[in-house]
Amino acid sequence: MDMDEAEISFFKDGLRLDGRGADQIRPIKIEVGVLSRADGSCYIEMGGNKVIAAVYGPREVHPRHLQEVTRAIVRYRYNMASFSVEERKRPGPDRRSYELSKVSREALEPVILTSYFPRSVIDVFVEVLQADAGTRTAGINAASVALADAGIPMKSMISACAAGKVADTLILDPMKEEDNFGQADMPLAMTPAGEITLLQMDGRLSQEEFRQALEMAMRGCREVYELQRKSLVDKYSQLESEPVLEVSALE
Amino acid sequence: MDRKVVVPGDLLSEDAKRCGEGTFVKDGRVYSLLYGLANCKDKINVIPLAGKYVPAPGDNVIGVIKDITFSNWIVDINSPYDGLLHISEFPKRIEAEEMSKYLRMGSSIMTRVKDVDPAMKVELTLNDRKLGLIRTGRVIEISHTRVPRLIGKGGSMISMLKKELNCNIFVGQNGRIWINGGAEEMDLALKTILLIEKEAHTNGLTDRIVEFLKSEKGARS
Repeated sequence: MDMDEAEISFFKDGLRLDGRGADQIRPIKIEVGVLSRADGSCYIEMGGNKVIAAVYGPREVHPRHLQEVTRAIVRYRYNMASFSVEERKRPGPDRRSYELSKVSREALEPVILTSYFPRSVIDVFVEVLQADAGTRTAGINAASVALADAGIPMKSMISACAAGKVADTLILDPMKEEDNFGQADMPLAMTPAGEITLLQMDGRLSQEEFRQALEMAMRGCREVYELQRKSLVDKYSQLESEPVLEVSALE
Repeated sequence: MDRKVVVPGDLLSEDAKRCGEGTFVKDGRVYSLLYGLANCKDKINVIPLAGKYVPAPGDNVIGVIKDITFSNWIVDINSPYDGLLHISEFPKRIEAEEMSKYLRMGSSIMTRVKDVDPAMKVELTLNDRKLGLIRTGRVIEISHTRVPRLIGKGGSMISMLKKELNCNIFVGQNGRIWINGGAEEMDLALKTILLIEKEAHTNGLTDRIVEFLKSEKGARS
């Protein structure tokens, strides 16, 4: 796409570059239990983002000095594959991925009942295979499903979605072009009940815009939650209806 | 029986008195803590579909010796926490120098959790006739969440299996199962147990397993 920094049109006939309306999220695909060796796992596609999350644990803590006597610790590693972006990314952790690991961990920790597993660790690994703006939200969504799949007790699920601003218009779930050349990006993670566990903002929004964007992102999160829930429920109801006929007969 | 798949945070009931295992109460309402199957009787329990085994006093488990210290055997019990078996919990009096003569590294034992302290120090014991070193048979591993299904209501499933399969079976709460019997019986037992693990969340399982065993035996004779 030939993009002139000064004048890019983000809208065409009131629709966005990929044909979405301003308040629509990108299509989402969630698969549960994709890794056989992990205790819980999830693969998610949010538009052009492709992210895989794996959960191991609760298990013994190594190195030992990180151990907490009264609760489990949570470790979250966000990592981008070198081939996940257009220009090859230098592999390995960097300033950005350290920060994202920290905020994502803090987005999930409040709902995990760590006191059930003293002296242990719950490891969450999130690998970004393909990036298209909003990888931290995709990572958190996948990690939340993977934690549930691993059978870890949680007070609720966590769903994440971003809102942004381009061409003085508020939009939901920005994609790459909108993120790169837009005016603001605001990722949000919350429980379905509306308790916010992550809220970041990059760029500028007025107070009124911020309120609206928050409202928008919360609606996005609720949509994501329904899909997360559905993917988990489907994993077992499918198996149930196949070999057993009595179940459907009873209902 | 009313069962449905729930995810963490699902509202289960408005009545706080009905909270059971795998649930929590907030503002007088019962919510699910786990991803699993909700059992709605007078108490609502959520049975997990996955998860690690957390030892509780009184559990029979199968462990593997993974280290020997001055007076303890360290036992892997398929859990985030290691088990400690003190020499004094061995049925007979032995000297510390001779510990590895009785239970070596890699030995499998049927043991019982004697006590678990808040710091998750797990003490094991061998002081029971049923417990001890495993010398013959096979040990298989299933998810510990499937163990209640394998035992069945009041032991209905397991006693049926023992009778039909003509095998001796010891079920560890940690998901390890010891089977002892003829080679062919053990093969069939293994197949049956793996089938139970796969279909643990379905209804009317005991009857289907009886059918399965009948057809398997019919094919053989």
